Amino acid sequence: MKIKSLDPRINRIQIDADTENPQAMLHPLENWPTYEVFHQKKRGTHHEHVGVVHATSSELALAFAKEQFARRGETVNLWVVKSEDMMATDYSDADVFATTPEKSFRDPAAYSVKEKIDQWVAKQKNHAG
Amino acid sequence: MQDNIKQPLQQFILQLADNLLVMGHRNSEWTGLGPIIEEDIAFASIAQDQVGQAWNLYQLLESEFGFAHPDQVAFTRNEKEFYSSHLVEQPTGEYDFSLARHYLYDLAQLIRYEMLSRSSYEPLAKLAKKFHGEVKYHVFHAQTWMKQLMDGNEVSKARMQSAVNDVFPFAMGVFESVDGEEALIAEGIFEGESALKDAWMQQVGAQLLEWGYSLPQLAQPVLGGGKGYHSEYLQPLLDEMGEVFRLDPSAEW
Repeated sequence: MKIKSLDPRINRIQIDADTENPQAMLHPLENWPTYEVFHQKKRGTHHEHVGVVHATSSELALAFAKEQFARRGETVNLWVVKSEDMMATDYSDADVFATTPEKSFRDPAAYSVKEKIDQWVAKQKNHAG
Repeated sequence: MQDNIKQPLQQFILQLADNLLVMGHRNSEWTGLGPIIEEDIAFASIAQDQVGQAWNLYQLLESEFGFAHPDQVAFTRNEKEFYSSHLVEQPTGEYDFSLARHYLYDLAQLIRYEMLSRSSYEPLAKLAKKFHGEVKYHVFHAQTWMKQLMDGNEVSKARMQSAVNDVFPFAMGVFESVDGEEALIAEGIFEGESALKDAWMQQVGAQLLEWGYSLPQLAQPVLGGGKGYHSEYLQPLLDEMGEVFRLDPSAEW
């Protein structure tokens, strides 16, 4: 059984509905590569990742990104990067981040400056006394 | 405003708005049927911009020239009272035809708005500046596709070349002067269709050659739309476009 659109004007790719034996083979140009889209709201602020578009070139990706992600609200700039050019860590390596929450000494808030100053003031007093 | 300026000016604005409305409506026929979802959204959005620009111009006609409400003007006139060109009323055809038309039409719009942003008629200059960014995007979108498909395989190259050839005589028909245009030129309101067409031909020619297209044969422009003479395609479009509005013209939307 083929999946058919109810709209007679639509002639989409015919995907075999037999889930036992999926024949949904895509030919190279039927699925376009993806580009990651980064959106900047105001000049000087950082770009934020907002999603992905399918495109056959970075120019076309920009043309699509503008309508997918900059149709509403403020935008001053967009970046697109081919998804396959992105370097990423592997989820199976997520243990490299495991102890991060414990390393409070990396957090400036962990140091009580007040305490240090108090000690220093006390020392100064003793010294003078 | 003197009558010898007012007449051609309101006709000029009406013709501009009619072209935008019919073009926007034709382009909107691709909504839901575009080649991929991203392109579908982009093309629908461009169509929406065009209808929006038409609406702004009809509004200007209402406030400054005593025309009826924009909905009334857009949805109740028949083809004889529409001044859009034959280019915009042509059926969508295949995507190659729609893209070639999109490119040739929007590039003309971009140059037109650049000219009008210097217009001595302030309300029009203001609108032209407002629309400029939208159309700059339309042209970027169109150019990207025109380049991409001429850089594709033999099928895409052949189809794009023949689409450009087919659209070209219609595209040249967009530059149809209104009666009394010389007064608009003399007043610094608009530099004239002929100056606009020259600038457009220069850019189209250079761009097509750069992307690997052959220049289309120069044919007679398909004119007449600006005088209310249309092909068989406009009236059915108007019937469909105004169908809901005419069920109850007094309804509040």
